[in-house]
Amino acid sequence: MADTAKTTHPQPAGRPEKGAEFGYVGIDAILEQMRRKAMKQGFELNIMVVGQSGLGKSTLINTLFKSKVSRRSVMPSDEERIPKTIEIKSVSHDIEEKGVRMKLTVIDTPGFGDQINNENCWQPIMKFINEQYEQYLQEEINISRKKRIPDSRVHCCIYFIPPTGHCLRPIDIEFMRHLSKVVNIVPVIAKADTLTLEERDFFKQKIREDLRVNEIEVYPQKEFDEDSEDRMINDKIREMIPFAVVGSDQEYQVNGKRLLGRKTRWGTVEVENTAHCEFAYLRDLLIRTHMQNLKDITSSIHYEVYRVRRLNENNTHPSDQPNGHSNGVPTHEVLSHEM
Amino acid sequence: MRDLPPRAGHTFPGREMPLMDREPDGSARPHTPGTPTFMRPIGRNLLGSEPELLRRCQLSSTSSLESPLSPSRPRSPWRFDPYDSIEDQDREYVGFATLPNQVHRKSVKKGFAFTLMVAGESGLGKSTLINSLFLTDLYKDRKMLNAEERITQTVEIIKHTIGIEEKGVKLKLTIVDTPGFGDAVNNTESWRPIVDFVEQQFEQYFRDESGLNRKNIQDNRVHCCLYFISPYGHGLRPIDVEFMKALHEKVNIVPVLAKADCLTPAELSLKKIKIREEIERFGIHIYQFPDCDSDEDEEFKLQDQELKESIPFAVVGSNILVESKGRRFRGRTYPWGVVEVENPAHSDFLKLRNMLVRTHMQDLKDVTRETHYENYRAQCIQKMTRMVVKERKRSLCSHLRESVTDLPLVPVDSETERLIWEKDEELRRMHEVLERIQEQMRHGH
Repeated sequence: MADTAKTTHPQPAGRPEKGAEFGYVGIDAILEQMRRKAMKQGFELNIMVVGQSGLGKSTLINTLFKSKVSRRSVMPSDEERIPKTIEIKSVSHDIEEKGVRMKLTVIDTPGFGDQINNENCWQPIMKFINEQYEQYLQEEINISRKKRIPDSRVHCCIYFIPPTGHCLRPIDIEFMRHLSKVVNIVPVIAKADTLTLEERDFFKQKIREDLRVNEIEVYPQKEFDEDSEDRMINDKIREMIPFAVVGSDQEYQVNGKRLLGRKTRWGTVEVENTAHCEFAYLRDLLIRTHMQNLKDITSSIHYEVYRVRRLNENNTHPSDQPNGHSNGVPTHEVLSHEM
Repeated sequence: MRDLPPRAGHTFPGREMPLMDREPDGSARPHTPGTPTFMRPIGRNLLGSEPELLRRCQLSSTSSLESPLSPSRPRSPWRFDPYDSIEDQDREYVGFATLPNQVHRKSVKKGFAFTLMVAGESGLGKSTLINSLFLTDLYKDRKMLNAEERITQTVEIIKHTIGIEEKGVKLKLTIVDTPGFGDAVNNTESWRPIVDFVEQQFEQYFRDESGLNRKNIQDNRVHCCLYFISPYGHGLRPIDVEFMKALHEKVNIVPVLAKADCLTPAELSLKKIKIREEIERFGIHIYQFPDCDSDEDEEFKLQDQELKESIPFAVVGSNILVESKGRRFRGRTYPWGVVEVENPAHSDFLKLRNMLVRTHMQDLKDVTRETHYENYRAQCIQKMTRMVVKERKRSLCSHLRESVTDLPLVPVDSETERLIWEKDEELRRMHEVLERIQEQMRHGH
């Protein structure tokens, strides 16, 4: 029953002490207390996938979380049709590993970039993201708040770039430019098994160049590096983005092992082999090392920007403040609107 | 990948929790008594670690011959890596069990903050206890006022801040002292400065939280108040009751029985029972330890039960090292014996310290944040909305009055009448909205 993450409990009283340390108060125990609390509560993660249909978005999500969590798996009745307008579909799952529970929500955007006229295709998505921020803000300024506000804000948006091999298309640039200001964007090159390694490197270079020229900051954003240690780690990542990924949920036998991959006549592409594609790097970034960082940047930077904007909108509304509170206490304002 | 129907809360197939190597107690790691031990692999038992390391090296060397698999997981910068055991190397994990560690990394970098208030009459050993608890000498050069000077003294609030660092964890500890409490001849309302201070901290946090720049909010709210009860009386005295009642809805109160070495064990247990009874009788809400989950093991439940029955903690404080029977420890020497501060049979000091620092610090902060602060915030907002409505009514009424007196002789025409009626309606509507909100709040609580 004993779980690696649980503490064993205080020694029974009455134990004779031998060689007691005088200089030890025991404050590092607070880490353990926090960990217990976090384990009990569980975590939440909201990932959005954006890209044209057929780029392998659902398969990639399934591969990332090693289970069928994408929209396609959950709603198989959804035919392979292209919807007339962009829809936003979100699917939630509770997954657990080693006692850590996570509520994973995958937000899919079928119809993005598939129409004939794709102008303003980012607007429904932007609206959705802002709606999540609004929902959180309303919960926060409520008079009797919940102990733990359910977090439906989008923590990460994976943008799928089709493997043309040339450079970013106008729709890619437009989308990323608008959305990099409100959400963390992680661009990936989809279906990367159609590019040779040289083509891949060239393509990546062009993409990075395009991003730089258009002043698009994708995750990990340079300006949010906290200290030199972070910068070092993130610089390494920045040299590799966008990750060239291949997704698969089928296993094949390779060298006596069962691996996820795509089997073709000329060989098998192994998904987790870093010599073949960069899926493993993407997974490590998103899940094993930077997951909390994604959530922190969403809540302490993107959300705060939204909140400040909303509060300022409220403040410029002609309503007097009799108490002279000049810091824009929001509930006071919201209520006076109602009146 | 086996096809799994997605169901809520599903786990990956065949992934039961592998057991970590348990460390035999009292081994190489310095072991302080009364500490909850953790399943941390630091200072692994030397016997167990070496063959493991060898085995792991072998694994990695063989795998490099074949096609390189996924890169070895990033070297965890934190101490506790949940995927560290041998069995985990081969299995396929998604990898998000490192999430608690990721969360903590940020906290460890930032450090923690804790504010502790001590209250009680002077001479009850508050300063000595604080020094003993945190192994500091905050009160080294204190000048004690003599009786005459104390006559005119009022209750002050003094804050001391110290930074403690242990094993890489930084704690910014703030001790709020309340000298002068209960010392005057007339102690009516002597808790008022203290209540005002606590509320001030709440107000400052409320403003910061509602403000525009929330990057570096300082959390100065009082997380815990140790209230010292004198051991010489018969249970609680009127000032104790009044103080606790004034503060119990605003801060976590932990009652402490001071200078417990003047009581025999029988007297002590009687006094504790009496004090607990009186606390109950007067309806004082002291800090309640959270109930343990049903899945905790029996030992923990027993421990928890003991803790609950030790309120108020009977403490003896000392920072003087005493040598006796070949051991060195902190204590107080009397001609008839030596009181050991850290001996659980002699005092509840160890229980108090463990509770405060090692097991319940986070919970104290949580209760402050979720209960006391939220209550304050709700009250504050209610007050403000009431003021807003009053102001509006007043300004509207004065406006109406002005418009009517401005034209005393002109008959009220239909236009002005309609205006007045509209304003009336608006007032009524505002009233209704406010009532509705207040109803909601009442039901919500």
